[in-house]
Amino acid sequence: MHVTSPVRPPLVTGGKTYADVTEDVCRHVEGKPTKEWKIAFIVSVIVLIYGTACVFWTWWEGLGVWGLNKTVGWAWDITNFVWWVGIGHAGTLISAILLLFRQKWRTSINRAAEAMTIFAVLCAASFIVMHMGRPWLAYWALPLPNTFGSLWVNFNSPLVWDVFAISTYFSVSLVFWYIGLIPDLATIRDRAQNKVSRFIYGTLSMGWNGSARTWARYEYISLILAGLSTPLVLSVHTIVSMDFATSVIPGWHTTIFPPYFVAGAIFSGFAMVQNLMLITRVVYRLEDYITIEHIESMNKIITLTGSIVGVAYLTEFFIAWYSGVEYESYAFINRATGPYWWAYWAMMTCNVISPQLFWSRSIRRSVTWTFFISVIVNIGMWFERFVIIVTSLHRDYLPSSWAMFSPTIFDISDYIFSFGLFFTLFLLFSKYLPVVNMAEVKAVIKSSSERLPKNVSGVAKGTRVTNPSFNKDAE
Amino acid sequence: MAELTGKYLVGVFDDDDVILHAVPQIRRAGVKIHDVYSPFPIHGLDDALGLPRTRIGIAAFLFGLTGTTCALTMMTWMMGIDWPMNIGGKDYISLPNFIPITFELTVLFTAFGMVTTFFVTNGLSPNPTPVMFDPRSTDNKFVMAIELGKNKMSEEDITKVLRDSGAGEVNIKQF
Repeated sequence: MHVTSPVRPPLVTGGKTYADVTEDVCRHVEGKPTKEWKIAFIVSVIVLIYGTACVFWTWWEGLGVWGLNKTVGWAWDITNFVWWVGIGHAGTLISAILLLFRQKWRTSINRAAEAMTIFAVLCAASFIVMHMGRPWLAYWALPLPNTFGSLWVNFNSPLVWDVFAISTYFSVSLVFWYIGLIPDLATIRDRAQNKVSRFIYGTLSMGWNGSARTWARYEYISLILAGLSTPLVLSVHTIVSMDFATSVIPGWHTTIFPPYFVAGAIFSGFAMVQNLMLITRVVYRLEDYITIEHIESMNKIITLTGSIVGVAYLTEFFIAWYSGVEYESYAFINRATGPYWWAYWAMMTCNVISPQLFWSRSIRRSVTWTFFISVIVNIGMWFERFVIIVTSLHRDYLPSSWAMFSPTIFDISDYIFSFGLFFTLFLLFSKYLPVVNMAEVKAVIKSSSERLPKNVSGVAKGTRVTNPSFNKDAE
Repeated sequence: MAELTGKYLVGVFDDDDVILHAVPQIRRAGVKIHDVYSPFPIHGLDDALGLPRTRIGIAAFLFGLTGTTCALTMMTWMMGIDWPMNIGGKDYISLPNFIPITFELTVLFTAFGMVTTFFVTNGLSPNPTPVMFDPRSTDNKFVMAIELGKNKMSEEDITKVLRDSGAGEVNIKQF
């Protein structure tokens, strides 16, 4: 039984009762789509259609439509892949790691953050399939019998580890998210006014009735799923970083990559959560659930992870010099002062300097500043991946092989495709599923609300019944 | 959910603390409780109801163990026995390189096995019209169901016990 100190600010403001929580969240699921939602949805779908056409053209013509050349063989495709996977990490951090740390404030944001994780991982996976060039042969990445070819996949390769890591991450996140949705879907089912929504939400809620037995098991498996997702999320970006770190390319071949990638992933993910939640809370009038305290807490995590990333950048630079390996030193000097200096310094400014503004309390509690800095952080983290990938590749060992990368319209359009996909899915989620985890918010409301629910007979107001005496022989 | 038959008394409570407090009182009065339904988990309620501790953790562990075994067996057989190949001078069976996939498959098997077990043990299946004693129990009410057929006390006595322990309303539900 948890007791929250009275000096802590309430997690949910506005003196909400349990019925208010249901009403505030379900209202948006049950009502007709608003005009703003329709406009946003149509724009997203148009972008998605345009992007899909471009992706198909990429496949039809082959990867030659991208700006790749024989020196720079990975560019925007892998940059976008790592960027989207990284964004996904914040959702798991919020739903799993903060659950293990008993951070109750996560309850208001975990649903939307987990949805973001799932959609971001889908976007990331789409770049892997695009980058294969021949998506109809994507199954070659799976360990299939010899009749499909002469060999098994190479289990020593981090690229194969990545296939397992990303697909496990996606499916386990989806299961975790769905388990969390079931009680809330049941709430919508029991409020449904028409047969169609009663049938759909009823089917999805798996006959949930909220019995004590089910809740006990539910809490137990949520805890185990959180315990599984925590090392899982750390493993995913670790393995993504090994795609680079186990190679011998100067600039990639560093042992600092796993922790540095994980910190960067959480950093950019929280920035994306901020962007999405700041809009959602205003549009859905959820200011009492996603308060300034929530925004501030997330900004603190952004500052922490941003600082870790900053230290990692400096460490990399120092080690490149300290190692005495001239190729490694050159790769780093070239990053900062070579033809891609602007990308390097964009990364440094956006990722290392901008989050430091959050040391100021008024900035980290300002919605406008938070939104602005979060956008900057996401731009910076895209540049980080671009810098790691392109600047390490473009100066090959032989100066005759030196090349530059410039994106074509298809590099750009395929990136735009992922935004169309992401926002279409997120808008569908925000309309048809509860954006706030009602059951979890209700569970924390009493210990953290500024006003306790209405007093009822039998128990004095504000009393937490911590140790009811049980009579085991009652039956 | 198993099919329910019989006549039930349904106590509707307004507050989670009240129902948590009511459970031991009602059990002490000699009433057998069928189940309690709430919109969110109430900590301590499973102990108060005398529910046995769930063993789903053991199942999860076994599923995890299956995942570990499958992953290691698969990779060892493919890389070491079926088609051994020299890859960069590494051992055919290079265990450190097998760890990432072993870990991922352990997590995958545990998660899916445990969640499937959860659905099966709770009888959850895609069912749009489950048995509900009170539909408000997924919104803001806390519902206690008592099967009359399994209790020796009369309907009036149980109603009184429910009322005394804080139930706002007591309804009758016949299946």
